[in-house]
Amino acid sequence: MIRVLFLLIATFAAGGAAMAAERVISIGGSVTEIVYLLEQQDRLVGRDTTSSFPAEAGSLPDVGYKRALSPEGVLSLDPDLVLAEEGSGPHETITVLENARVRFVTVPTGYGAEAIRTKIEIVGDALGVPDQGRQLADRIEAELEAAVAAASTDRPARVLFILSMQGGRIMAGGLDTSADGIIRLAGAENAMTGFTGYKPLTDEAVIATAPDVILMMDRAMAGDETGGNHGVENEVLFNHPGLAATPAAERQAVVRIDGLLLLGFGPRTPEAVRALTSALADFDETG
Amino acid sequence: MNETVISPGLTWPGSSGAGDRRRLAARTSLALIVLLLLVSIVSLGIGAADASFWHSLVTVARGDELSALERVILFDIRLPRLAMGLLVGAALAVSGAVMQGLFRNPLADPGLVGVGAGAGLGAIIAIVLGASLPAAVSLAIGHYIVPVAAFIGGWVATLVLYQVSTSRGRTSVAMMLLAGIALGALAAALSGILVYLANDAQLRDLTFWGLGSLAGATWGKLMAAAPLILLAMAAAPFLARSLNALALGEAAAAHLGIPIQRMKMLAVVVVAMATGAAVAVSGGIGFIGIVVPHLLRISVGPDHRYLLLNSALLGASLLVLADTISRTIIAPAELPIGILTAVIGGPVFIWILLRNRGLLNL
Repeated sequence: MIRVLFLLIATFAAGGAAMAAERVISIGGSVTEIVYLLEQQDRLVGRDTTSSFPAEAGSLPDVGYKRALSPEGVLSLDPDLVLAEEGSGPHETITVLENARVRFVTVPTGYGAEAIRTKIEIVGDALGVPDQGRQLADRIEAELEAAVAAASTDRPARVLFILSMQGGRIMAGGLDTSADGIIRLAGAENAMTGFTGYKPLTDEAVIATAPDVILMMDRAMAGDETGGNHGVENEVLFNHPGLAATPAAERQAVVRIDGLLLLGFGPRTPEAVRALTSALADFDETG
Repeated sequence: MNETVISPGLTWPGSSGAGDRRRLAARTSLALIVLLLLVSIVSLGIGAADASFWHSLVTVARGDELSALERVILFDIRLPRLAMGLLVGAALAVSGAVMQGLFRNPLADPGLVGVGAGAGLGAIIAIVLGASLPAAVSLAIGHYIVPVAAFIGGWVATLVLYQVSTSRGRTSVAMMLLAGIALGALAAALSGILVYLANDAQLRDLTFWGLGSLAGATWGKLMAAAPLILLAMAAAPFLARSLNALALGEAAAAHLGIPIQRMKMLAVVVVAMATGAAVAVSGGIGFIGIVVPHLLRISVGPDHRYLLLNSALLGASLLVLADTISRTIIAPAELPIGILTAVIGGPVFIWILLRNRGLLNL
């Protein structure tokens, strides 16, 4: 039975392979991660600016920011398939690519476990490796379920995600953001629920959110010892007039995680959940 | 009207006689046409993709078929983009020349009639609120909503400004200048509110729109913008004599028999139509409108009969050149063209000003 099934799959795979894309451009950090995890990276001929993981992806030609793709730039890599995260464009570029008979597959985004499964399955199908896709999706889903289960706590920490602190003004993550999604998965509460998206906060509003922990992106490159704080040192952070009066400042509780890992909602999200959970647990013990 | 009145006693290197720059202007036009052709051929010939123009010409000449990829790159990407670059460059440069003539101010640019601020606001409204439009509307205008809104925004701002600065059938240019600044501030404030409402992706779109790009050039957009820009370009020469007379001042021009009010209205319409269409399809591309007319005033003088035509030629050449650089310099990605026009235009402009300080009486 298994043999027959295997044969069937092999036939399907061979049938698919005749049409399978051999020159693929991957647009969007999480999409590129999935292509690598499916071990289809040999078929990649290009990537977008946000595709920074794994590090090898960096050596592929960069076609620019995913929402400002240049039609000729993309075509110059002679692709037969473009895998693009939802929202990539502009529309004119996609039209030109379709005229040039380049397959353009949109990979939807979302901030939950289901969204990750969908992403992986769509990438797997588009690359002609649907069963590997499903296997990977199962594995990541199980991993994520375990991470979320381990994260559950009866004393959820209030976490404030700070996107940036340009000129002392705090830009925080509200509802319906990937920051909100990852905070929930890690069994914590988003301290900022008053709005959707990323918005600047007044100092008073920061005090009112009363976060136990501050969460930030860490864009450090490997081996870079000077950066890594997303431009904000602890002293600067907790001397901010709004933050100084919060429980987080009292405990000097700040978590910094790589931006793509934390907010990418790709196959590394279980890892992000574990990293955030363990960091939160550390503060819980010390606090 | 003759040139010696406009610039008494100036002689120019290369001119045949004191004050007569007709031959110089004609030679300049000829040189600019050659430049335009060269730049156009280069722009068709190079790009991120390896589709050589010459190779394609030879292929077609031999009667062979072009490959599908070559066809798409030449006819769906480079050709509409070249045409768009020519039109937008000419539109911006001529609008700049007309504005500087109308306001008798070297700093004037198409932004002064409010069309830039209005178009920017229109584009931002479309980008931020476009997503929440009823499905029927977004299906009907779909992906053209940003250019359409930018064009409408530009026109609305121009009409408001024209109304505000016109009383008893007379348009005050000074009033237009000041009200234009106020209107610009208002548009910026409204844009600020929308920026606050925008999500991350929309913010990136806004930023890129403001930096300008010809990457979205399609035959469809070209068909919409070309008639407007060409009509404005065809009307502009009728302004030349009036603008020359206006250089003497409004009263003097009126005594010379120039229908001042009609001419102001025509100038505003020409600029709003050309700039509105150009900004709508290409976003905010700066500096062409200021640098090009000044370059030409310095080399061929301020006579609008030559200035307007040469501005169109030079503006078109420079924008196509800038676009060619913008899409090849970091290929396969591309640099927004507004960055290039400002990075090249800024220092060149300062250099020209310094070299000609005495001449320009600055």
